Amino acid sequence: MDDLRKRARELLETSEVKVVIGYEQGTAGKTRALFVEKPEDTDKLIFDSRCVQNLAVYITKREVKDKGKMAIAATLPVMRSIIQLASEFQVNDNNLLVLGITPESKLVEFNSLTEVETFVHQYQIEIDARNKEMLDKLEKMTPSERWKFWTDELAPCFKCYACRAACPMCYCSRCTVDFNQPQWIPVPSHELGNLEWHIMRAIHLTGRCVDCDACYNACPLGIPLNLLTKKMVEEARANFGGYQPAIKGEHLMSTYKPDDKENFIQ
Amino acid sequence: MMDNLYMPYLMKIEKVTFEAPGVKTYMLKFINEEDQNRFTFKAGQFGEYSVYGVGESTFCIASSPTRKGYIECTFRQTGKVTNALSGCEEGSIIGFRGPYGNTFPIEEWKGKNLLFIAGGIALPPMRCVIWNALDLRENFKDVTIIYGARSVKDLVYKHELEDWKRRKDVKLITTVDPGGESPDWKGEIGFVPTIVEKIAPSSKDTIAIVCGPPVMIKYTFPVLDSLGFQDENIYTTLENRMKCGFGKCGRCNVGKVYVCKDGPVFTLAQLKELPDEY
Amino acid sequence: MNIDKRLVSKDSLEKLFDILKQNSKTIYAPATKNGKVSFSEADSFSGIATDYIQTTQSSKDVDFPRTEKILDYTRNENGMSVKGIDLNDIPEIVLWGVRPCDAMGIGELSAIFNWDYKDEIYNNRLSRVTVFGFSCSKSDEYCFCTSVGGNPGNTTGSDILFTQLGEDGDYLAEVLTDKGSAVVSLASGLFEAATDIEKGKYLADVPVRFNREEISKKLEKSFESGLWIDQSLRCLGCGACAYVCPTCACFDIQDEAHGKSGSRVRCWDSCGFSLFTLHTSGHNPREVQSQRWRQRIMHKFSYMPDRLSVYGCTGCGRCSRACPADMNILEHLISIQEAVV
Repeated sequence: MDDLRKRARELLETSEVKVVIGYEQGTAGKTRALFVEKPEDTDKLIFDSRCVQNLAVYITKREVKDKGKMAIAATLPVMRSIIQLASEFQVNDNNLLVLGITPESKLVEFNSLTEVETFVHQYQIEIDARNKEMLDKLEKMTPSERWKFWTDELAPCFKCYACRAACPMCYCSRCTVDFNQPQWIPVPSHELGNLEWHIMRAIHLTGRCVDCDACYNACPLGIPLNLLTKKMVEEARANFGGYQPAIKGEHLMSTYKPDDKENFIQ
Repeated sequence: MMDNLYMPYLMKIEKVTFEAPGVKTYMLKFINEEDQNRFTFKAGQFGEYSVYGVGESTFCIASSPTRKGYIECTFRQTGKVTNALSGCEEGSIIGFRGPYGNTFPIEEWKGKNLLFIAGGIALPPMRCVIWNALDLRENFKDVTIIYGARSVKDLVYKHELEDWKRRKDVKLITTVDPGGESPDWKGEIGFVPTIVEKIAPSSKDTIAIVCGPPVMIKYTFPVLDSLGFQDENIYTTLENRMKCGFGKCGRCNVGKVYVCKDGPVFTLAQLKELPDEY
Repeated sequence: MNIDKRLVSKDSLEKLFDILKQNSKTIYAPATKNGKVSFSEADSFSGIATDYIQTTQSSKDVDFPRTEKILDYTRNENGMSVKGIDLNDIPEIVLWGVRPCDAMGIGELSAIFNWDYKDEIYNNRLSRVTVFGFSCSKSDEYCFCTSVGGNPGNTTGSDILFTQLGEDGDYLAEVLTDKGSAVVSLASGLFEAATDIEKGKYLADVPVRFNREEISKKLEKSFESGLWIDQSLRCLGCGACAYVCPTCACFDIQDEAHGKSGSRVRCWDSCGFSLFTLHTSGHNPREVQSQRWRQRIMHKFSYMPDRLSVYGCTGCGRCSRACPADMNILEHLISIQEAVV
């Protein structure tokens, strides 16, 4: 990814940005986030098929933001997250420059977040075949079968909140679970506590989730909790005609229109 | 019978005293007389007070160990547990785990002058050691108390302040922040560190005990230093987020020290060795 | 001191499992779920996972459960009735398939729970656990037990340590404690006499990567260093590292009320969470992640050895494997050893 390294170096040499967020070689064959502040360190930037961590999670992190204007090497899911964050006023053209990486692994320059949005809108959020199959299977279950499925799957969850920590959309400085007046979600990890946490998170992500699988990849126990968020993507599609992250977009779950369906109120 | 470290004593609230807006004192008696008879503690120690179903909160034991048959705690309504605690009444049953922590080394202070400096809601930990000292008054030379609060209504233990004022063997100076005085206020007006500087107590053979909000402490220590107080002779108490109270849950760990076990009483000399993480 | 060495044939291992089951022991063994191997209650020998380097989670759940009730209460007309937990409810457990690093971790965790105040709930649970350690014939780049006072055939913490003598081989069983001997008595036919078998050549090779005493000394001078910020920039502040760790013991105490009655539970917590040290006043002594990352390393490699005379790390490498941001503790420790402070 020489283009990426070259552009990153230029941006730092001219001080157009203060930090470039990208990927570097990690340990044991993994890749991980890299924060480059010195031009000579741009040599460490890499990009290949292993680079799936959603780096947008770092652009709301105080210690990174406070360095000054950021540049970020962004694949399509990362770009989607960035646009969604922009629509929620978390980033803007003043503090972020996007170095896009197309699905064909080519570098594309964007002069503004609006250009990123145009690029992102060429693609639809599509749930992959394997998970689609799992969702169909779940749909065909009876409610009690589904309840059993989820209590079993979530039983090992020990509330480490890696799913929340890895998700770019979970940037609240004080999460719902961190309130104790009242204690909305129980703190300990048990059947009820686990279900409530995951259900609540999926609902808070409805209309915002870009289906990047960062939550699933982060879970140390391999729990398929991304099925819940993917289901909400499908629900949004079915009930609201789908959504695309859009800078001036309507927020699905917090926008009320007079002609919204109310047929579930009996 | 296994000793469950987490099991509180059952306590009944005998008396409720309104000290200041949002601040109450509860006098607590052990429901089980055996517990009452066995229970001892020393000045400086704290406990975990529970409202069953809500949680536990950490306060010092505000009564003196020389007074038997009950313990007292004073707290301000600030969070979930203190709000629930505040909703309890005389006769309510709460839990108490303790005593935890280290103590003021009163034995070592015998024969010396004692200078107590406190601010606002930090008088409770001091009250315990003040009464402890006054109940053993003949062991100490001069006893001076400098206590201040934001305003007249924020002064706690108003009755006891009057008691201390009346005593001939205690020099009490009370102060309120500028603007906090009432029309008939007869005490000093000024921040506590300023008043300490004004009174300029002698550091010779004197132990200073200082408790207060961080900002008060920050400005009082330099004043004491300028008056010639040695760091080993200045005592204070640290507050930190606590849960278990016995050195296992990790919350109050600061450097190599656990505030619940190695504290909450520290000398300024010990405090200066701690990293700035409290 | 002579260790009681026995030979257990490969086939006898399954028979041992069955005998333990018949004697009402609950067996916790590694099993695969969702592609990860963790300890869970084992119903059959065939369900036990064998082809893995290390389980995702430690086995500390058996003596330090992730969520544990510590008391029940009920409000009634007479006032309040409060009950502690019934220890007779705790089953006898055989922890089957514990690596030597984890077995060593049991001692480190016990040091915390017995520091001055003895946590008898923890001690009672542990007294009902028999530890079957299994030596490591393989290791990966995450392992570093030999750098922290352990090794792939370490006997510390196990009641019986099994070492497989070659792939598909029989097992050397070192019977180390009274609990171990009690198991042998239950199934004496399966534990044959062993001639002097040396296990060394069957153990994994885990090179030493750093000197932990040197790291402790370096840490004494490193509190204000900028290395903590550099190391922790990519840390996301979740609790995965603390929860999978065999020696992390930080916990929270929560009350759960249901009408007039309820319970108080103790549950896992992590010093890595942003609100761990938050005061009610809003003051947070560890406001940024670098301070919390520093706390993790300091506590394990400086504060614990100083106060409890044990280190808080067994070199199992789980935290590095589980971390979604590749905060590889081995890499960071080597970095600290090499840092100029």
